[in-house]
Amino acid sequence: MNFQHTDDRRMLADSLNRFVAEQYGFETRDRIAKSPRGCSPELWRQFADLGVIGALFGEDDGGFAGGGFDIAVVFEALGRGLVVEPFLPTVLAGSAIAHAGNPAHKALLAEIIGGTRIAAFAHAEPEAQHALTQVNTRVQRVGAQWQLDGAKAVVQHAELADVFVVSARSSGAVDDEAGVSLFIVPAGTPGLTLRGYPTIDGGRAAELTLAGVTLGADALLGAEGAGAATIEHSVGKGVLALCAEAVGAMDVAKDATLEYLRTRKQFGVPIGSFQALQHRMADLLVEIEQARSAVINAAAALDADRVTRERALSAAKFTIGRTGTRVAEECIQLHGGIGMTWELPLPHYAKRLVMIDHQLGDEDHHLARFIALGRAN
Amino acid sequence: MDLNFSPEEEAFRAEVRAFLADKLPARLSEKVRSGKHLTRDDMAQWHAILNQRGWLANHWPEQYGGPGWNAVQKFIFENECALAHAPRIVPFGVNMLGPVLIKYGSEAQKQRWLPRILDGSDWWCQGYSEPGAGSDLASVKTTAVRGRDALGEHYIVNGQKTWTTLGQHANMIFCLVRTNREAKKQEGISFLLVDMSSPGVELRPIITLDGEHEVNEVFFTDVRVPAENLVGEENKGWTCAKYLLTYERTNIAGVGYSVAALERLKKAAAKLKKNGRPLADDPYFAARLARVEIELENMKTTNLRVIAAVAGGGVPGAESSMLKIRGTEIRQEISSLMRRAMGPYAQPFVAEALEEGFDGPPVGPAEAASAAVQYFNNRKLSIFGGSNEIQRNIISKMMLGL
Repeated sequence: MNFQHTDDRRMLADSLNRFVAEQYGFETRDRIAKSPRGCSPELWRQFADLGVIGALFGEDDGGFAGGGFDIAVVFEALGRGLVVEPFLPTVLAGSAIAHAGNPAHKALLAEIIGGTRIAAFAHAEPEAQHALTQVNTRVQRVGAQWQLDGAKAVVQHAELADVFVVSARSSGAVDDEAGVSLFIVPAGTPGLTLRGYPTIDGGRAAELTLAGVTLGADALLGAEGAGAATIEHSVGKGVLALCAEAVGAMDVAKDATLEYLRTRKQFGVPIGSFQALQHRMADLLVEIEQARSAVINAAAALDADRVTRERALSAAKFTIGRTGTRVAEECIQLHGGIGMTWELPLPHYAKRLVMIDHQLGDEDHHLARFIALGRAN
Repeated sequence: MDLNFSPEEEAFRAEVRAFLADKLPARLSEKVRSGKHLTRDDMAQWHAILNQRGWLANHWPEQYGGPGWNAVQKFIFENECALAHAPRIVPFGVNMLGPVLIKYGSEAQKQRWLPRILDGSDWWCQGYSEPGAGSDLASVKTTAVRGRDALGEHYIVNGQKTWTTLGQHANMIFCLVRTNREAKKQEGISFLLVDMSSPGVELRPIITLDGEHEVNEVFFTDVRVPAENLVGEENKGWTCAKYLLTYERTNIAGVGYSVAALERLKKAAAKLKKNGRPLADDPYFAARLARVEIELENMKTTNLRVIAAVAGGGVPGAESSMLKIRGTEIRQEISSLMRRAMGPYAQPFVAEALEEGFDGPPVGPAEAASAAVQYFNNRKLSIFGGSNEIQRNIISKMMLGL
């Protein structure tokens, strides 16, 4: 038994943590998050140069790591800095290309890893909420080409993307696993329109409309109608990434609150001397350590058989959803009014923690999924 | 045991409902219902409508222009207003300062200030909290030093107040100030009325985590305040402060707001789809909804029990702390469920969609525009008006004797 990361991962974590601490202070983050692009292209290039994007992919796909614990280490550091750059879309879209792409698609992945092209993952739809196979966007063959029609919801960093990985259905009922295919859609393709907006936790997303979007035969990613397995693979990596990000954010929120309890005086004493508040901090500590263990379980299960892997991922996302929201609410409450103010970093961590539960399946979704996967076993 | 309102109380409720149906402008109730921003004029308009009917200052005795209602009537009125999505009465002048002036103010102060509260000439804000005096309110440090110049007796005020709600609209602020630095904490405090346009008063906005400007900091630098603006005796301001806080707590459970918000949530859950089926049919969401609905039903009765106990007169004591804690928890949980109900659509932050003129298409369900904003904004409910931790201290001390 050994819960230490390998030397390589420790070095990766150290250099990324140092970079984020030095280059991604709260004021910088706030400025980027509120900016019209919702991202800093300059910092994105620097992250790529540091090898942070490459660490998310295996050697066969042009990266140099790509294991569950590599993803976890990177995203925990990103969570500590509330980094808004498009790492999650990169994991989701990049993993889909890595999983199902042909050599030409892999060339695109190399550019994504190099930081010169940005990819977004356009899968979820307006009425799907969190279900993975709920795809209403239609695809049909028109001669040698594909034509896509439909809508995609809350696509993170869509406005930055050079290219989208889009899911669409050629057959089956709206929630069938079979019949869903994935396509590479370049930004600016006629018929593809974006409605962009900021998100409440910083950064941007967009609604996508596809109206007669026509693509060449080579746009198909993987086999026709067999996209569900790739979506599950990509979303699984995305779930792990979000869970690790949340642990990083929770650690910072907890540390900030602890510091506040030690320094804030009311009734002539630090408020941390009140037993009622001590117990609440103690509970938070236990919750966060349990969440950290959930992420370790999920990272370790990433290469296991399907049911083991997916159950561990759903267990982690459930735990993070519940714990992240609790940590967010408690840390604001323990700060009092100052915890409600924009100028303090803490509430921004709280907003991110709560919003993580609105990405890739919430607490209830993953609890139900955990039960269903257990029954199927 | 009879849980029903008396026939007289039912008749009163019908009267309030008829008034709201007739006089509450649909433009205002629609804004409140959908969580849009109310402007200063919106709030002033509703005050004027209530004042015309004589129902604005519902805590005041009849001789000063109040309706002379008992606790049950006040409860019914507040409940019905919330159910009809009426704007909240801005409490600082009407519900806070008014009762203090009526009890502790001089005759001249009553005659000068009370009519101006009713007709909207003055917009008051509250100068209680300071950066170092939140839960520990009695540790206020803002000073007022008495002196005399060519214009007469006065105080010179120096210090800072914070969390001043809607201070950006106010022309007057009532303040707790320290007039005796030697006395024990509560004993050196005075209650002072300050004109916000006085030289040396500076207001700075505080932007909250939801991007809103609702609260402010107010700085005082050598602000000259006429001595006639002292309410009650010098160094006895804590008495006024405590008295005012009891009025801050009368509708503290906010049952009406919860009922209205729960109704809106249920409608949304019936309409929204999760995995292609109505969200209301999802057993996990349905269970969350049922839990809060049960809590709210219990809270309605708890609230009425507290009101019945003081129906003969007066205001609730430590029992109001129960209402504050659980009432705010329920309101927070309902807004949390609305946020959950939005799924991925809780994330978009389209600030302009909360303004009156917005006619663009919503991003996601119509409720999404305000769901996350309201959830984060509602975190304040368990912090302000005496944090829920302070309320637990009160229950421990006053109800449990610990």
